[in-house]
Amino acid sequence: MTVYDFYIFGRNCECLYYKEWVRQKQAGISRDEEVKLMYGMIYSLKSLLSRLSTTSAKDSFTRYSTSTYSLHFFETPTGLKFVLNTDKDSQGVREALSYIYSKIYVEYVVRNPLCKPGEAINSELFSSQLDNYIQTLPFK
Amino acid sequence: MSVISAYIINKAGGLIFSHDQPIHSPEVEAIFTYPVGGLVLEEVDRNVMVKFGEQQGIQVGYSLVSVNGQPVTSRCLPNGENVLKFLQNPANFPVRLKFTRLKASVNERIMLLSMFHSIYAISVKLSPEKQSSGIQCVEADTFKLHCFQTVTGVKFILVSDHKLSKAGELLNEIYKLYSDYVLKNPFYSVDMPIRCEQFNTNLAKLLDSVERSTYLGPSSGSV
Repeated sequence: MTVYDFYIFGRNCECLYYKEWVRQKQAGISRDEEVKLMYGMIYSLKSLLSRLSTTSAKDSFTRYSTSTYSLHFFETPTGLKFVLNTDKDSQGVREALSYIYSKIYVEYVVRNPLCKPGEAINSELFSSQLDNYIQTLPFK
Repeated sequence: MSVISAYIINKAGGLIFSHDQPIHSPEVEAIFTYPVGGLVLEEVDRNVMVKFGEQQGIQVGYSLVSVNGQPVTSRCLPNGENVLKFLQNPANFPVRLKFTRLKASVNERIMLLSMFHSIYAISVKLSPEKQSSGIQCVEADTFKLHCFQTVTGVKFILVSDHKLSKAGELLNEIYKLYSDYVLKNPFYSVDMPIRCEQFNTNLAKLLDSVERSTYLGPSSGSV
């Protein structure tokens, strides 16, 4: 799987972290505006699917795919949102996002006394560990 | 393999067609004693809905349909009393409440699908790859939403469960029915709501054949 980029959003609509690996097309707007647009799109899509669901309003969206990329979404019960853009046919991304949360975010951000919740993540250790993990994901 | 509903959106984002397959919505009836502690009820639009809590099969998003066998209309009992006030009074308990997951009303659907139309456009803008189409498939926990946009900007949306394979082909078939029974109808103006009997019948026939797994692909079909 090819990973294009990665966003982490906090509880109060702020973007805590953004990283890109292979990105051929920029959004044409500033990074700030782009993350706000991404957050807005995710929020609207979540509420739309929750209302369309015939079983329960807790039905949350997990991923969407277009003709060229797939966006995978993972939300923790504390309101933390992880968004990963990969190529169209990747499998097992939900497990990858779960791993990123439990083994990388929790270890290197939550347990870091210098990283305050709600603030942008500046930890280099987190960045490098994330990079290492993404490189180990299988390329097809 | 089942389709839950099908929608068509015109190029401006307005809903022009909506079709629901007859799906049985789960109804849960339970007896509650004072106070109703496990569920938090709230008035949303013209319904009383469960906002928080889960009990005996009743989940978040379920609406109250009857109290002690009497139907609840627009948040009130048949005698005109407000349901939430009724439930505050301990003298009315134990009470038998029936909940179900109500379908979205027409206005709500119009709004939700216009929202989808905009989200489709935003997904193209935020794409990390060049020349991306918009959203073709969105997956949630219990259902999937498939979308096919034609070159003229009309979107065909299918809401189905996870078992449906070949949603792309099915959407193509619906597009064929649309071009045969809607566009070739001399009384139909483009981008207006679709009111074509033949389209409705043939679409229902197509979706029923998918339901009964007798749909064999684009080569079949007596349409």
